[in-house]
Amino acid sequence: MNPSSLKSRFTTRFLRALTKINAHKPISSSSPGPGEIFQRYRRIKVAADKSMAYSVRSRRTWSRATLWRLRTRSPRSRLATHARRSWVKTRSTRAASHGKEKKEDGGTVEAEELRELVPGGEAMDLCNLLDETAHYIKCLTTQLDILDRQECTSREL
Amino acid sequence: MSSRRSGGSRMSDDQIADLVSKLQRLIPELRGRRSNKASASKVLQETCNYIRNLHREVEDLSDRLSQLLASADTDTDQAAILTTLLI
Repeated sequence: MNPSSLKSRFTTRFLRALTKINAHKPISSSSPGPGEIFQRYRRIKVAADKSMAYSVRSRRTWSRATLWRLRTRSPRSRLATHARRSWVKTRSTRAASHGKEKKEDGGTVEAEELRELVPGGEAMDLCNLLDETAHYIKCLTTQLDILDRQECTSREL
Repeated sequence: MSSRRSGGSRMSDDQIADLVSKLQRLIPELRGRRSNKASASKVLQETCNYIRNLHREVEDLSDRLSQLLASADTDTDQAAILTTLLI
């Protein structure tokens, strides 16, 4: 992974999304209500996650899982959620049996916890989980870096 | 690199140990340890905590950004340009 190009891909997408979000401000707002701010917060958070997942594209299981999750959020796609759940169930039973084979020293307990935190983790075997986690952490820290800079910049204006 | 495709491949302990130490280097909590590397379960535990913290920070920053954008009159284009220049 080339950090500088991942960073620039993420930044471009994220800023584009922010501009769109900001453009949705109602003209008559003197002070936006809490509901509106919450909606904007949701949009920004989704934009951050989406931008990161798109920047990584489908090269990683976690980014594919994130994109899937974001696409199937809407109530219209309940069917897709069912399909995904059964797919995950099949793969996770397979993965779980692999995991238990190897680690008797309690590594599986923490691994299960980690699986819940990393997108798509429930379907990964231990090896992939560790690999994906490392990449995921690098991307999260990049995401935070850009969000932080954006906040600083916005404060200055 | 490890072959990801073969679901049936046996994962060697060395492979796992390698990946675990790679993770350990990423986590600030464990990075400072000059002594022996931490146990796998400790690394996983700290990784979980670290990821949760990162998630929380992202939510926090998103929240602060939403407040800032709400109060700012200037459009984000200026901010966008500035941020890009900072990288």
